[in-house]
Amino acid sequence: MGLGEFLFLLTGLKWTVALSAIGFVCGAIGGLAIALMRTSGMRPLERLAAGYIALFQGTPLLMQLFVVYYGLALVGLRLSAWVAVSIGFTLHASAYLGEIWRGSIEAVPRGQSEAASALNLKYVSRMKDVVLPQAIRISLPATIGFLVQLIKGTSLASIVGFTELARAGNIVSNQIFQPLLVFGIVGILYFLMCWPLSLYGSHLERRFAVASR
Amino acid sequence: MTRHVPIRDTATADPMIVMADVEKWYGGFKALSAINLSVRRGERIVLCGPSGSGKSTLIRCINRLEVYQKGEIRVGGTRLDDDGHSIDAVRREVGMVFQHFNLFPHMTVLQNCMLAPMRALKLSRREAEETAQRLLDRVRILEQADKYPAQLSGGQQQRVAIARALCMRPSVMLFDEPTSALDPEMVKEVLDTMIGLAEEGMTMICVTHEMGFARQVADRVIFMADGSIVEEAPPDTFFTQPRHERTRKFLGEILRPH
Ligand SMILES: Nc1ncnc2c1ncn2[C@@H]1O[C@H](COP(=O)(O)OP(=O)(O)OP(=O)(O)O)[C@@H](O)[C@H]1O
Ligand SMILES: [Mg+2]
Repeated sequence: MGLGEFLFLLTGLKWTVALSAIGFVCGAIGGLAIALMRTSGMRPLERLAAGYIALFQGTPLLMQLFVVYYGLALVGLRLSAWVAVSIGFTLHASAYLGEIWRGSIEAVPRGQSEAASALNLKYVSRMKDVVLPQAIRISLPATIGFLVQLIKGTSLASIVGFTELARAGNIVSNQIFQPLLVFGIVGILYFLMCWPLSLYGSHLERRFAVASR
Repeated sequence: MTRHVPIRDTATADPMIVMADVEKWYGGFKALSAINLSVRRGERIVLCGPSGSGKSTLIRCINRLEVYQKGEIRVGGTRLDDDGHSIDAVRREVGMVFQHFNLFPHMTVLQNCMLAPMRALKLSRREAEETAQRLLDRVRILEQADKYPAQLSGGQQQRVAIARALCMRPSVMLFDEPTSALDPEMVKEVLDTMIGLAEEGMTMICVTHEMGFARQVADRVIFMADGSIVEEAPPDTFFTQPRHERTRKFLGEILRPH
């Protein structure tokens, strides 16, 4: 494999990182909204958020990408593969992060928001200053675990023609007929992204277990 | 026991809290029935009764941590209802101290005391910090201002919780069993802080089974059972001549030497 092929793989890696980052950042915004709706105490909002979570956790990511890409094209919205997969991953991550954070918000002791209410703090401050900082800490191991899943999940974007790392590997492999070498390198690149995150996640989890003992 | 805190003539002062025929249900369970209670400015009430009698529920209705279904609650002239303005007006007046302190664990002692004044009273950071330092000094814990709650003993945490509530300049303080989660040797430091507050004329409703505190500080002791107020009397009368059988039985259990 020559330098050109390797650089092509790195370009794929760049798109994998970019797609993961967009999915995670936009998904975090959506997920926060879902988690807040789900814990709002307002029935219709809670139902809506619960339905959204159920829908996206109950169907394969691949199918979600298909629906966004081809489905939106059917109703006349022709999106580039790049935009379509970004939307797909954002919707997907919103559901999972929303559910993780709902659990974390509910894991913050009720006395915390009661004390905040008794101090006449209103909803926004109660959440922003008191509940969410604690919920985020609680959620960190699971959130990082999901980020790792999301990074690996971006390989599915190749299905709709988006050239991220896995598809770049496929293309190179078809050119130089050394699948084992190419996919070995692709695997190592994924591993180098995910392994440190996994380590960090379990480190946090352990520290957390000690702290709450 | 000597009475350190003078009885003031509270009869002429206007009522700070009025509860009229208040009823509270948890689903199909009636937790409070026909509660009538009037607390005058500067008055100190001790609320006692067996577990599950509705003491916490009663005081939590006063600052709207619980909603009630029937009757009326007025705090400092504001009628408490669903309206956000009335809840805001009432919570401005009322501070609360919890059994388990409920300090914010991710903030230092000082930050715990500064948050609400900055957010709810819109004080500047400097004003909030000055107030916090003054009140932490008053509960004699200023030297711990930069520590996190987990680094303090239970008694220290509860004194911080009292200072945190006082930073909002309340005119009423509610205490829900403030010493019952504490090791025995820390009870006194918290009670002394509360006695200090009483001496300065704070209106207080304390749910507590510290009968020494009740004798020393209370203007009135109220005994609850099964969601109702059974008996209320000044401490001298309450402890020496309880009228109701249930009160006698309760006092017998609680005052029995361990
Ligand atoms: N959120 C709730 N849902 C249902 N029932 C409740 C709830 N909170 C309290 N209760 C019930 O209401 C009754 C009164 O409770 P409350 O906490 O006011 O009692 P208490 O006098 O403070 O008791 P304790 O001394 O144990 O603190 C109890 O029977 C309790 O089980
Ligand atoms: Mg209670």
